[in-house]
Amino acid sequence: MLIKTIFAGFGGQGVMSMGLNLAQAAMLEGKNVTYLPSYGAEVRGGTANCTVAVSDEEIASPVASSPDFIIAMNQPSLVRFQNQIQSGGVLFINSSLIEAEISRGDIDIVRVPANSIAEKLGSPRSANMVMMGAFTKKSNIVSVSSVIEGLKSALKDKQKLIAINEKALMAGYDLL
Amino acid sequence: MSGNSTIGEAAIRAGCQCYFGYPITPQNELTEYMAAHLGRKKGCSFIQAESEIAAINMVYGASLVGARAMTSSSSPGISLKQEGISYLAACELPAVIVNMSRGGPGLGSISASQSDYFQATRGGGHGDYRTIVLAPSSGQELADLTHRAFDLADKYQIPVIILGDGMLGQMMEPVEFKHEAPEELPIRGNALRGAKGRPSRIIKTFTSKPTELEEINWSLFRRYQLIRKEETAFETFLVEDAKLIVVAFGIAARIAKGAIKNARTNGMRVGMLRPVTLWPFPSEKVKELAKRTRHFLVFEMNMGQMIEDVQLALEGKGEVSFYGRPGGVIPTPSEVLRVVSRLYHQKGLESGK
Repeated sequence: MLIKTIFAGFGGQGVMSMGLNLAQAAMLEGKNVTYLPSYGAEVRGGTANCTVAVSDEEIASPVASSPDFIIAMNQPSLVRFQNQIQSGGVLFINSSLIEAEISRGDIDIVRVPANSIAEKLGSPRSANMVMMGAFTKKSNIVSVSSVIEGLKSALKDKQKLIAINEKALMAGYDLL
Repeated sequence: MSGNSTIGEAAIRAGCQCYFGYPITPQNELTEYMAAHLGRKKGCSFIQAESEIAAINMVYGASLVGARAMTSSSSPGISLKQEGISYLAACELPAVIVNMSRGGPGLGSISASQSDYFQATRGGGHGDYRTIVLAPSSGQELADLTHRAFDLADKYQIPVIILGDGMLGQMMEPVEFKHEAPEELPIRGNALRGAKGRPSRIIKTFTSKPTELEEINWSLFRRYQLIRKEETAFETFLVEDAKLIVVAFGIAARIAKGAIKNARTNGMRVGMLRPVTLWPFPSEKVKELAKRTRHFLVFEMNMGQMIEDVQLALEGKGEVSFYGRPGGVIPTPSEVLRVVSRLYHQKGLESGK
């Protein structure tokens, strides 16, 4: 089963980290995985996105024509990607920053107020992990324990950051 | 691990002792990796040169004294290195040159493209010479072919080009490194390391007598013939019963593979030939495939360069179509599938003709 996901948002929102996190978790579970960052003159505040493909078999193309999941962390990402998502796919929207109506009726929409939850937890920058938690639960590509494992290897010995991010992750996970 | 870092680690494990580079997107992570990991190794050196030209000439110098040396750049930077590559070829010196190519001509775009096929496979610089050109298409292959590049360069005393692109460089995939860095490498026979107790060796690129140079040209080309015979590499995918064969290299082959899998589920008998060595090009394999398959679709991320090698190999014995996206635009598998389906239908291949 080949599953492709696009994470998109502003540079600085941690969308690349989310993608890496999923890729790491999938690798830990022994799955085939590719992580493809969008590459341009990316700057904080500009747009950024990455595509993660996870499969039990060899992955032919790391590019997603019609992804199964899209995570839109901001309005421009929603505009850019909502038409690409596969019919029956799931669109995750950061409802703290996105107010627009979704024009498509053939997809599942999950609204996560990622920024406001992260703020309530006292760590506004961990909004990406709140979204990651919700995504992990709904998508069921990898287990939440693998995501946490991946998080730990990415943050290495920064115990404080691990705790903050894990808390945010679980807040999103328990939302659904 | 990103593709660029993968090349760096594989190079170190292949015993690369010297890396000289000058920054350019989209291969900077390789330079960064070498700065962090090679620079600290005992007996190894990392230099961020003042220019691409300086970097290739540092490789030239390091290779002269017998070190395993590498440089990397992207399209316009590789153009600047061509004079040095020609000199390396003339002196029969090994070197590994990585081109994480981008859209062109000119400064082009920083996005992934395959517009340097001609430059890489036709020698690139001035004079009558060839370089081995390896075209990886995955993270694992970046590791394996980087290792192979160093071995081939030493075995045949020839510059080897690794032709990747921005996407391969930036993409992360799990990679398994199959080799540990060697403790010590044997010293090459023709390395210049002092002539104490023996007559001095002369390595030069200028020959005043045409007949002398002619002999050198012949000796180079005899070696190139041997490389053609021994080192041509390719991958085939579902070609046995194929009515249409897609020919693609590098990342484009990967995208094509996705399209071919879908074409197969739709009942179309499509296969793929992926040259792993672009020079030597697997011409014999193309000829052999043409005995069973009449239709070929060359798919490249440029305006059509490798198609000329396919046409040359076929000698008119097959029908060649082309689909390409230049400029750094990354085609999707579904786009290639549409092209494949249209062609399959146009040529009447469904009917079993």
